[in-house]
Amino acid sequence: MMIMWRYLRRGMSTSTRVRALRRSWWDHVTPAPKDPINAVTEAFLADPCPYKINLGVGAYRDDDGKPVVLQCVREAEGKIAATNFLESTCAAISSKLVEESAKLVYGEDSDVIKEGRFAGVQALSGTGACRLFAEFQRRFYPDSRIYMPDPTWSNHHNIWRDAQVPIRTFHYYHPDSKGLNFVALMDDVKNAPNGSFFLLHPCAHNPTGVDPSDEQWQEISSLFKVKNHFPFFDMAYQGFASGDLERDARAIRIFLDDGHLIGCAQSFAKNMALYGHRVGCLSLLCDDKIQAVAIKSQLQQIASTIYGSPPIHGMLAVSKILSDPDIKAIWLKEVKVYFSSFSFLFHSLFTSIFIITCIRTIGLMHLLIISTCYKDMATRVQRMRATLKEALEKLGSPLNWQPITNQVGMFCFSGLTPDEVDRLAKEFHVYMTYDGRISMAGVTTKNVDYLASAIHEVTAFDQDGKILHTVCA
Amino acid sequence: MASSLLSLASASPSASLSSHGISKGKLNLGNTSLCFNKEKTNPFIKTKSFGRISMVITSNVSRFEGITMAPPDPILGVSEAFKADNHELKLNLGVGAYRTEELQPYVLNVVKKADKLLLERGENREYLPIEGLAAFNKVTAELLFGADNPVIKQQRVATVQGLSGTGSLRLAAALIERYFPGAKVLISSPTWGNHKNIFNDARVPWSEYRYYDPKTVGLDFEGMIADIKAAPEGSFILLHGCAHNPTGIDPTPEQWGIIADVIQEKNHIPFFDIAYQGFASGSLDTDAASVRMFVARGMEVIAAQSYSKNLGLYAERIGAINVVCSSPDAASRVKSQLKRIARPMYSNPPVHGARIVANVVGDPALFKEWNVEMEMMAGRIKNVRQKLFDSLSSKDKSGKDWSFVLKQIGMFSFTGLNKAQCDNMTNKWHVYMTKDGRISLAGLSLAKCEYLADAIIDSYHNVG
Repeated sequence: MMIMWRYLRRGMSTSTRVRALRRSWWDHVTPAPKDPINAVTEAFLADPCPYKINLGVGAYRDDDGKPVVLQCVREAEGKIAATNFLESTCAAISSKLVEESAKLVYGEDSDVIKEGRFAGVQALSGTGACRLFAEFQRRFYPDSRIYMPDPTWSNHHNIWRDAQVPIRTFHYYHPDSKGLNFVALMDDVKNAPNGSFFLLHPCAHNPTGVDPSDEQWQEISSLFKVKNHFPFFDMAYQGFASGDLERDARAIRIFLDDGHLIGCAQSFAKNMALYGHRVGCLSLLCDDKIQAVAIKSQLQQIASTIYGSPPIHGMLAVSKILSDPDIKAIWLKEVKVYFSSFSFLFHSLFTSIFIITCIRTIGLMHLLIISTCYKDMATRVQRMRATLKEALEKLGSPLNWQPITNQVGMFCFSGLTPDEVDRLAKEFHVYMTYDGRISMAGVTTKNVDYLASAIHEVTAFDQDGKILHTVCA
Repeated sequence: MASSLLSLASASPSASLSSHGISKGKLNLGNTSLCFNKEKTNPFIKTKSFGRISMVITSNVSRFEGITMAPPDPILGVSEAFKADNHELKLNLGVGAYRTEELQPYVLNVVKKADKLLLERGENREYLPIEGLAAFNKVTAELLFGADNPVIKQQRVATVQGLSGTGSLRLAAALIERYFPGAKVLISSPTWGNHKNIFNDARVPWSEYRYYDPKTVGLDFEGMIADIKAAPEGSFILLHGCAHNPTGIDPTPEQWGIIADVIQEKNHIPFFDIAYQGFASGSLDTDAASVRMFVARGMEVIAAQSYSKNLGLYAERIGAINVVCSSPDAASRVKSQLKRIARPMYSNPPVHGARIVANVVGDPALFKEWNVEMEMMAGRIKNVRQKLFDSLSSKDKSGKDWSFVLKQIGMFSFTGLNKAQCDNMTNKWHVYMTKDGRISLAGLSLAKCEYLADAIIDSYHNVG
């Protein structure tokens, strides 16, 4: 850069050089390409149309299209407002949160938890957890690469690239079947060099919504054992695939049972509706507690030069919900209990306060609050999938929309082409990312019919009204 | 097969790690080059050697077997040691966190009020944009440069919310690494310990300029100027805007002028770290004078801010990175690239701290109140300095000049004590401080000044 600058200077006359000296240091900085996901929201916000729809970012909305704020979170924040806390309390709360996070992923009764065989640190939501791992991977396996599914969340590519870990992709999505390309996936896993690092979505794959079955996960896990690959899971949607937190952790439990020492990034942005607070966790399974302590210290050191320590507010909110009796009461009113077994647990929990004071209680309650609030959110999304599919079929769309209900989680990979996505935005004020990914959380009972007719228009007919597709199986 | 395994065991340390893998049943020789061939040059991995191979097959060995414990953070480690100490007279002068006279953490009244306002409004917790809360970005730039500053009016400042000072510095470091590859950052000797770590991890080369003069316990101004002059043209010069950490020694306004001259002459870029705006003099405006002087000269400037200390928002992680450019177009491009750096670090910054700052700084009544609280906090530290100086001067009969305690500015004081003397402070007197001789006056009460004076005098005179 400096050589270029000196060369430029020599070629100029005195007056232009004087002018040039006052030029910006930043002339060579080009505008960055817009983030593909955020760009959708920006375009949406700029659109004055009253019936516009945002199907871009994966943030949950209720049926009025409004962001959800759990009342108990609001109350918790009231109580923690301007609390005098010492640094020691923060560390203790953070450790507690890490432990509860680990239980969600590995299971309440997992040996890994009991024996403390995991290195866990609180992270800046899912992104921060992935980035910490990517930096850690680079530091301790400087020659390694990361294998990512094709497609994957676009920011995964940015994260490992900025951490300077080379990226390879493996087959995942089959555009013809709009399902999993399992054969090609297994081939890629087999052909990768032994000991490769793989990024896996344990449930509700983003952006496709296509997840392997339990049997397929078992086969993947077995092959990983043979190849000695390192499985790294990005768990951003626990609870959003099936509505059941435990069910959604199946893939990870399968790998755990097979003895893999996995890594896992977790986000609480979606399942606690705490998006802006950036609460998440990174955990790595270890041989023993000693190694766990060493690895944790290294992770903290990596974090210390990126942001120091994680922000406390979100962490405190979750912790408060679990420990304050008044807020528990509000949460209790707010939450619908679906399972009779959970109902029994409620009664025993609240009538035996003195007996149940240990970690197990807090863990169960944590599970309860998330799973019950979560069930509402997951159910609404599932209902919207069915409604959208029905609406498209009723309009006489010749295309196969079965994948909408086959796919799981927040997202639907619609198969729409970039041109069709463009038309949807320009003509119909419906916004989504160019890969045709629809955030189902942005679909409501009020806009689903409009959305279906918009999609039907751009897929059944081209701009001159000619039919684009023939009826297919 | 067995013989090849045995021969591996007797080879170099790199191979012995893989034999460990084999002994635990992995039988995967293909692993070795991928995993362990760099550990000789990698300072993070310790090599192991194994006496004999055991053929016991067990479950998977961790991939991270060779990872050693990271060294404890020198500053935070002090607090941990302090906590472990049960002595009744113990004193924590380690981390720069403001404490009241009763040595309790202090939540500012304006923060309490702002928190209440936020609750009443019931704001949602949606993702902020990558660059952070717009209201925060506006007020933070105005606080630093002055609301009427032409650079703000002309939209020549790229401001992005960052995770306190650390996060903001890291964004700037990544920008330097990407757009000025090979350019060096010059940091003061000494400086905040984490500066070096941040630039190392961001892969930005750095070197030091002389700053602290142990003989005078003051500024080595000639050394500083000489080193800045000697740096390759177009270097980044990291400057503490006010209340230098760890020394407490700030240049005078005249000296700042000369520093600006030299930086302009050598076509360097000034890079300010402002973590204590308000804590130096008690006035938010006065403490921004150095940055404003550079900007007024038409220089392009990078400035990192933190609200950890001056609003007590340590745990919320709220700060900002500002890049003053010569045109609004450059500012907009730079901002877009800062966002591109932030997205794969954490996607978007945490919302709570930003809202608090936006409310406090953006509301005239709250802002006025903040100014008063700021003066009170800085005032307490000035009083403590005076009391400490008085205690030292009256108790110490050697005639040593303790006036540096009064001359130094901000939360910290560089006592001039060496490592052995600092150890004595801790071991004998239960006074916890960092080993470079720095004490945090924010952690000192008037009541404890005499005790501290005794400790310092004893350590200085009686320990090598």
